[in-house]
Amino acid sequence: MNIHEYQAKAILAEFGVKVPRGKVAFTVEEAVEAAKELGGKAVVKAQIHAGGRGKAGGVKVSKSLEEVEANARELLGKRLVTHQTGPQGRIVRRLLIEELTNIQKEYYIGLVLDRSQGRLVMMASQEGGVEIEEVAAQHPEKIFRETIDPLTGLTPFQANNLAYKLELPQNAVKKAAQFMMALYNAYVAKDCSIAEINPLVLTAEGDIIALDAKLNFDDNALYRHPEIVSLRDEDEEDPKEIEASKYGLSYIALDGNIGCMVNGAGLAMATMDTIKYYGGEPANFLDVGGGASEEKVTAAFKIILSDPKVKGILVNIFGGIMKCDVIANGVVAAAKQVGLDKPLVVRLEGTNVEAGKKILNESGLKLVAADSLADAAQKIVALV
Amino acid sequence: MSILVNKETRVITQGITGSAGLFHTQQALAYGTKVVGGTSPGKGGTKVEGLPVFNTVEEAVRETGANASVIYVPPAFAADAIMEAVAAGIELVVCITEGIPILDMVKVKRYMEGKKTRLIGPNCPGVITPNECKIGIMPGYIHTPGKIGVVSRSGTLTYEAVYQLTQLGLGQSTAVGIGGDPVNGTNFVDVLKMFNDDPDTEAVIMIGEIGGSAEEEAAEWIRANMTKPVVGFIAGATAPPGRRMGHAGAIVSGGSGTAQSKIEKMKACGIRVAPTPSEMGSTLYQVLEERGLLERCKA
Repeated sequence: MNIHEYQAKAILAEFGVKVPRGKVAFTVEEAVEAAKELGGKAVVKAQIHAGGRGKAGGVKVSKSLEEVEANARELLGKRLVTHQTGPQGRIVRRLLIEELTNIQKEYYIGLVLDRSQGRLVMMASQEGGVEIEEVAAQHPEKIFRETIDPLTGLTPFQANNLAYKLELPQNAVKKAAQFMMALYNAYVAKDCSIAEINPLVLTAEGDIIALDAKLNFDDNALYRHPEIVSLRDEDEEDPKEIEASKYGLSYIALDGNIGCMVNGAGLAMATMDTIKYYGGEPANFLDVGGGASEEKVTAAFKIILSDPKVKGILVNIFGGIMKCDVIANGVVAAAKQVGLDKPLVVRLEGTNVEAGKKILNESGLKLVAADSLADAAQKIVALV
Repeated sequence: MSILVNKETRVITQGITGSAGLFHTQQALAYGTKVVGGTSPGKGGTKVEGLPVFNTVEEAVRETGANASVIYVPPAFAADAIMEAVAAGIELVVCITEGIPILDMVKVKRYMEGKKTRLIGPNCPGVITPNECKIGIMPGYIHTPGKIGVVSRSGTLTYEAVYQLTQLGLGQSTAVGIGGDPVNGTNFVDVLKMFNDDPDTEAVIMIGEIGGSAEEEAAEWIRANMTKPVVGFIAGATAPPGRRMGHAGAIVSGGSGTAQSKIEKMKACGIRVAPTPSEMGSTLYQVLEERGLLERCKA
C-alpha cells in the first residue's frame, strides 16, 4: 500500500525523523492559511502517488502569499504527468505546504528488503535528488550498504559507518546516524516494504532532514495497522481495483481489450503473456484465488465487464483447490445477470472438470471452449 | 527415488482442525500420504479422521515420530507455527499459508540459521512425490511417477507443467512449489541441487516469475553445476512495473526483476525457455529427444 508524502512525513516524525514543518491543503484557501503559519513563504508540493513530481512541475517554491495562492490554484485539479504516472497522469487533489529549506547538500537514504539474503538493507549515497536506480546502474560503488540482522536491528555503529561514508561534516554525523536509527524503527514498527528519503538534506544550519519521503507498506501486514489503512486515498486507485479489493480479488487494470479471469497469480500473469504472445492485449490481471465462491466469481466477472475497453473475455482455470464446477456456476450466473453480449472463451482443467464443462454446455450461453491456454488465447484474440 | 518426501515421510498437519487443514489432510490421506497426526492448541487429546490431535508440535513429534509438517494456520500465526516446528526438530516444514507479513518471515529466516530444518514456502502449493507422498494443496490425480523434477514459484503453473508432462507420458520424480513470497525457506538453487543429486531425476522444469533475482542466481548455478537438462518458463512479461501481481514477491521494482532480464539470463546460461506456458512440456520433450534421453524418461 502506498501513501502520500505528507502522510509519510507525519509517520516518520513520530519516530523522531526530522522533517520540514508543513501542512496538507485540499483548497487554495487552506494552502494560503498554511503558508501564513510558515511566515508567508513556502514550497507548494503536489501530492500524488508517483515520483518525479519536481521535474514535472509539481513542486513550486513560492516567495510570497500571492505566489503560494497562484501556485496552489495552478496545481489543484491539474493532471500531473511524471515518468512514473504513465501518459494519463494523475489529478492533483492535495498539496503539501512546507517551509523553505536552506539546502547545502542532497543525499539519499533508503531501506529495502534484500530478497536473496532475506534481510533489510540500509542504503546511503551522496548522489541525492536523482533516480537511485540510475546511480545503481552506472555507479554502484557510490551506494553504501549495511545489511541488518533482525535480532539486533540497525546498530548505532552501522548507522555511523554509513554517515561517515557520506563524508558529512563531523557535527552532522551524529544527527545523520540518529536519523537512520529513527527511520529503521519506523520501518519495522509500521511494517513498511520500502522507505526512501530522496533527498536527505544537510541544511545550511547543519541539520539533517527528510526533504522528501516515500513509504510503502507490506499489504500482508496491514491487518495489524488500522492506522495505516485509514490513510488509503481511493482517488489514487482505479475504481475497479477498489471494487475488486472488497471481494478479496487480486485485480490490476491494464490498457488492452481482452478481460482475463484466472486462478493463481502465476497462471494469471502467464495468461496475460500468452494473449500478448498471440497478438492480443490483456485488459487486466485477475486472480480469483484458491478458495473462490460462486459469489466471488460473479463479482470478478462483473468487474471485468465494467471496463468499457473490454471486447472479449478469457476464463482460464486450472482447478486445484478451486473446483471447475464452482467457476462454471459463477460464470453462468454472472453472464446471465449482466446479459453478456461479448465473446467468451473458457478453458477449464483440473478438479471436477467434467461437471464444470457440463454446466457451461447446458447453460445456453454462447461460449467457446478451449483445450489449452495457447488454444484459448488464440481463440479470444481471433474473436475480438 | 525422489527428493524431500517419499513413502516413509511421516507428516503432521499444523492447524488440522481448521477447514483448510482438515480438507487437505483428508485429501492427503486419500492419496496415501502417511499422515500421523496434527496440532491445534486447545484441542489436544481429540481425534480427527482417526488421527491424534496434539496441543503442541513438540508433543506431536514425541508421540508420533513425525519428521515433516504442513502448515495451514492463518497468516497472523503462521510465522510462529513455522518456528514451533523448527524448535521441535522437524526435518521438513511445508508452509501453505499465504499472506504472512514479510518482516515476520525475515525473523523466521534468522531463527532458522544453523537449524537442521528445511522450510518449503510459505505461500506455496507444497511438495509431491507421485504415488508416495502428497504434502499440500495440489490435485493429486494429475501426477504420474517418473523422472522429471518440477520446481516453481507458482502453484497453478506447477499444475499446468505437471499436467502437460503427464499427457506427454513423462512422469515426475518430485514437484516442489517454493512459493510466491519475497522471503522464503527454499530457493531454486536448493531444489536444483537436490534434483541434480537425485539418481532418479533425469531433467527439470523450472518455473519462475517477475520480481527478485532467484531465477538469475539459479541460471548461473545451472551453467556452472547442473549435469541434467533444465527447461524454463518465466511468467509476467506483460506485468506493469511497480505493481504487485498477486504474489507478494511478483513485483518489478526500479527496473529490476523483469521477465525479459530473467529469460535472457536463462538463455545465456544454456537453458531452453518455453515461449508460452502451454509449451513447457513440449519444450522439455524436444530437449530430451535431442539429447537422446526421451526413452529413459518415458520408461
